[in-house]
Amino acid sequence: MSTSPLATNPQAYLQSASRWRPVEIVFWLATLLPFYLLPDYLSLASQIAITALFALSLDLILGYGGIVSLGHAAFFGIGAYSAAIFSKFVMGEPLVGLAAAAAVTGIAGFASSFIVARFRHFTLIMLTLGLGLLAQEAANRAHWLTGGSDGFQGADIWPVLGLFHFDLYGYTAYGYSLAALFVLFLAARRMISSPFGLALRGIRENWVRMPAIGAPSRAHIQKAYTIAAIMAGIAGALLTQTTQTAALESISFQRSADVVVMLVLGGAGRLYGGLVGAVIFMIARDQFSGIAPQYWYFWIGVLLVSVVTFLPNGILGGLSAIAARWRRK
Amino acid sequence: MLPPVFGVLFDGLAYGMLLFVLSVGLTVTLGLMNFVNLAHCAFAMLGGYVTVTLMNRFGWPFLATLPVAFFAAALASVVLERTLYRRLYRASDLDQVLLTIGIAFISVAVAAYFFGTLQQPIQTPGFLRGSADFLGLALGKYRLFLVGVALVVTILLVAGLDYTRFGAQVRASVDNQRMARGLGIDVDRTFAVTFALGSGLAGLGGALAIDIVGLDPNFSFAFLVYVLIIVSVGGLGSIAGSFAAACLIGVSDIAGKYYFPELGAFLIYLVMVVVLMWRPAGLFGKR
Repeated sequence: MSTSPLATNPQAYLQSASRWRPVEIVFWLATLLPFYLLPDYLSLASQIAITALFALSLDLILGYGGIVSLGHAAFFGIGAYSAAIFSKFVMGEPLVGLAAAAAVTGIAGFASSFIVARFRHFTLIMLTLGLGLLAQEAANRAHWLTGGSDGFQGADIWPVLGLFHFDLYGYTAYGYSLAALFVLFLAARRMISSPFGLALRGIRENWVRMPAIGAPSRAHIQKAYTIAAIMAGIAGALLTQTTQTAALESISFQRSADVVVMLVLGGAGRLYGGLVGAVIFMIARDQFSGIAPQYWYFWIGVLLVSVVTFLPNGILGGLSAIAARWRRK
Repeated sequence: MLPPVFGVLFDGLAYGMLLFVLSVGLTVTLGLMNFVNLAHCAFAMLGGYVTVTLMNRFGWPFLATLPVAFFAAALASVVLERTLYRRLYRASDLDQVLLTIGIAFISVAVAAYFFGTLQQPIQTPGFLRGSADFLGLALGKYRLFLVGVALVVTILLVAGLDYTRFGAQVRASVDNQRMARGLGIDVDRTFAVTFALGSGLAGLGGALAIDIVGLDPNFSFAFLVYVLIIVSVGGLGSIAGSFAAACLIGVSDIAGKYYFPELGAFLIYLVMVVVLMWRPAGLFGKR
C-alpha cells in the first residue's frame, strides 16, 4: 500500500477520494422513488430530507472536526424562526427566505464559533449545551416575536419560483427539500474531499499537531462551525417553509440529542452517515408513532448503548468493515 | 425581625444543598476518570423510586428508606460500571456521552413503564412538615433537615477524603493518575468504589428531592442540566468547588424565580456559560 501512487501523489489521492461511486448514484436516484412509489408519504419524505440535511451539517463539525455539540438545534431553530419572521414581515419568496435564514444563522454561527474553537472536551460539551439551552430559553421567552410555546403565527410562504405551490400532499415540499439537500450535499462533499476537509480530519485526530504542519486548528474549526451552522439554519428554514409554521420544538434540546443519535447511528465522519441515520431514524419513528413517546426513547436508548458497545463506527462503518472483509477473501 | 430576603436566601441554600448531594458524586467521578456520565441523574431517580415504593407499598418510615435508596443506587451503578462503563474509560467523549445518554433514555422509559408518568406522592413524617419560626422567618422544617443532611454528608466526605487511606488514594488518583498507578494504587478499583459511592449519594439526593421538586420519569433529564452546571462551574474533582457552586446555583435559581420570574431558567444557563468562558476548568478547578 505504501508504494501505490495514491500515497505519494496528493492530487491523485484527493481525486480518487472524490470520485463518484456507483452506490452513490444509486442512492440519489433512489431518493426520487417516493414520487412514484409512495405518493402518500411525501410529507414524511420531505421531513426526512430536511432532517438528513441537519444531520449532514452536524457531521461536518462532529464527524469530521471532532467537535461534540449538544446544542446544534440552536442553529436549526434560529434558521426556522428567521425564515418564519422573514416571510411575515418582509416577503414570502422561499429562496430569498432561505438566503436570509442562512445569513442570520451564519452570523450566529460565526459569533459562537469564537467560543467553540477555544475549548475542548468536557468544557466544550457543556458550553454547546449551555448555548443551546440559552437559545431555547430565549425563543421561549421572546413570545412577542416567536409565539413562544404557542408556535409561530402568520408565516406566509409564496410558491417556489412563483410556479410550485406548497400542496397538501407534499409534492412541492419534497421536491424543494430534496433539491436543497442535494445542492448542499454537493457542497459538503466538495468541501470534505478538499485539502480543507483533510485538515479538519487531522484536527479531529490531533488538535496540537496540525498547526505544526501549517493548518491553523482554531481558524479551521471556526470556518467549519460557521458552515455547519449555515447548513443547519437552511434545514430549519426548509422546515418552516414546507410546514408553514415554526415551533419551539425546532430549537429544543430534544432535537439536538436526536440529531446526534441519528448521526452516530448512521456513522459519524462519513458523508452518508447522517443521511442514512436520518432515513432510518425518521422511518422508525413514523412506524412506531403509535406507541407512547417515552417507550420510543427506550429503544433509542438500547440502540445507542448497543451501537457504542458493538458498532463503534455506526451502521455504515459496520457495513464497510464487512465489505472490506469480503473483498479480502 | 429579618427581612424576607433572608427567607429567599435560606430556601436557595436548602435547594443548593439538595443539588450538592445530587451532584457531588459526578464531580468526583469526572475528576477521577474524566468519564462524562450523563446517566448520573438516572441513579438519583432510582433512589427516588425506591423510597416511594418502600413508603407507599410497604409502609416503611421515610428515614428508614433513605439508606436503602443509597444502597440501591450504589448497587445499580456497580453493575453498570462492571458491564458497560468500564469498556469506555479510554474512549472518546462522544462515545461516553452516547452510552450514558442512552442509559438515561432507557431509565426514563423504564420508570414510565413501572410507575406511570404522573408525579409520585409521598407523605413525609410529621416532624418534617410545617415550619419553624426563627427571628420572624418561617423556615421549612424539611429544608432545615436537608441542610443538616447535606452538612453531615459534606463533613463525612471531606473527613473521609482527608484522613483515611482510601481518601488519600482517591486524591492521589485525581491529582496524577499515572503517578498513582506507579505507586501501586489500584486506580480502577478506587474508581469503581468512588463511582458506587457517588451514585449512592445521587440516589440519596433523589430520595430527598421528592418533597421539594417531586418525582416523575423526566427526573433523569430535568436535573441533569443543573447537576452538570454545578459540576462544570465548581470544577472537576473539587468537592469544595461543588459545594460553593451548588450554593451559588441554588440561591441564584430561587432568587431568579422569586425576583425575575420572566427570565425563567435563562439566568442559570447564562451563569454557566459565563463562568465556563471565564474559567474553563471551573471556579475551583486545577486544570
